[in-house]
Amino acid sequence: MKYVIETKNLVKDFGTFRAVDNLSLSIEEGKITALLGPNGAGKTTTIQMLLDLITPTSGDVVIFGKHMATDREAILSKVNFSSPYVSLPMGLTVIENLRTFARLYGVPNPDQKIKELGKYFEIEHLLTKKTPSLSTGQLTRVNLTKAFLNDPALLLLDEATASLDPDIADKTRKILKKIQKERGVSIVYTSHNMAEIEEICDSVIFINKGKIKEIGTPKELVEKFGRSDLNEVFLEIAREDE
Amino acid sequence: MKIHRINALVIRHLYLFKRSLPRLLDILFWPVVTLLTWGFLTVYLQGISFNNVNIVSVLLGAIILWELLQRMQGAVAITFLEDVWERNFLNLFVTPLTIAEFLASTVILGIIRLAGVLLVVSVLSILLYHYSIFSLGFYFLPFLAVLMMFGFAMGLFNMAIILRFGTSAQILAFGLIFLVQPFSAVFYPVSALPESLQFIAYILPSTYVFEGMREVINTGTLPLVLLTKGLILGFLYMTAMIFFFYKMFAYVKREGRLLKLD
Repeated sequence: MKYVIETKNLVKDFGTFRAVDNLSLSIEEGKITALLGPNGAGKTTTIQMLLDLITPTSGDVVIFGKHMATDREAILSKVNFSSPYVSLPMGLTVIENLRTFARLYGVPNPDQKIKELGKYFEIEHLLTKKTPSLSTGQLTRVNLTKAFLNDPALLLLDEATASLDPDIADKTRKILKKIQKERGVSIVYTSHNMAEIEEICDSVIFINKGKIKEIGTPKELVEKFGRSDLNEVFLEIAREDE
Repeated sequence: MKIHRINALVIRHLYLFKRSLPRLLDILFWPVVTLLTWGFLTVYLQGISFNNVNIVSVLLGAIILWELLQRMQGAVAITFLEDVWERNFLNLFVTPLTIAEFLASTVILGIIRLAGVLLVVSVLSILLYHYSIFSLGFYFLPFLAVLMMFGFAMGLFNMAIILRFGTSAQILAFGLIFLVQPFSAVFYPVSALPESLQFIAYILPSTYVFEGMREVINTGTLPLVLLTKGLILGFLYMTAMIFFFYKMFAYVKREGRLLKLD
């Protein structure tokens, strides 16, 4: 089994508060893995350490077999991130934003790449529009286009379908599943929508209070806890330390 | 350091200027207002005897050079703040972009803005006051280099302070340049300062530019000692502020505040 991400005894303290507590996780290559947990569980801090936006107090982040502390540029050139909570610069048009990020990743022919992905995510008609004029669903598709500009081997998606209506959310999930299969991208996915996790994720890592609580496929976890769905499993795990 | 990443950031900011009149005006408005106000005062003072001192050259030269210093500092800080206001740091720093590349792009954008300011104020001062900053000849270039290094250092200081304390510190950060002005001997020689305060003037690279400019105007020769001191001090300030910025960046990453700048 090949792992795309491995963290070793990862710890993050903010003053006296321990947000991530000796977290050692291994995420399989070419799969969609959900990182789940209640608010304040340490998911965001973990993801930000995986992206080198936060420096760990101790421990190691290894991605593609390389250490983040020493190989940041090599790692991040093959990684991308998308979140509906992170807006693209609003003063630019969609194509200007996408060109900027394509240049940052050193994409050889930015306009060709944008055209190709634009077709895929159905945003061709939005390219000349100003970013603030887009609807939430359109912004999500633009964010996803941005996330695929560098043909990432690893993609971190933070609540990719939050704030979308059920129709657009369903379309987004289908696109993600399709593109993941076609390109073999490893995806780390966070969401509070358990039905969505059951639908698209190959495996699930539950964390709470900065520690791993459970690992398995959605089906395995539902069976292990003797529950009817992942939502009930989530509630049991989230409440067991209360 | 990768050129394509520096290029990406420079073009991203130029996109903003392409369609934003307020942004363009922001670059040119204050230098033009300052030049007009002080320029006409200079014209008035020209009629008064100052013991053969070339008042037009001394004052207008000082005004233009001071504007260049202030604009360089402002340009560097504003480039950084655009990304803070847009909450764009996450987008930028999840790419392989390095701090050195980020800083290099702010320098290039600072130089572009400075070129715009220089063009407008020099043309205006020729048209309105028949004075050209280029009458300093080639001596103008090393002076400009000192001001650019010091302006970049001051801009970096602003960026580091805003990183550390958030945007609430931006007024304090931007105000610092005005604290530097009275000690830089912009409009009067260092000897006009009280003796107990002159040491402050001598640790500022800008002082050597303005003292040097007056010497060029009065004697027509390049004051090499002043210029060398200015260049060395400018380089030291710039190096120290780059180090300080890296320290503050590491601090906000440790504290998890990079994405919470507001």
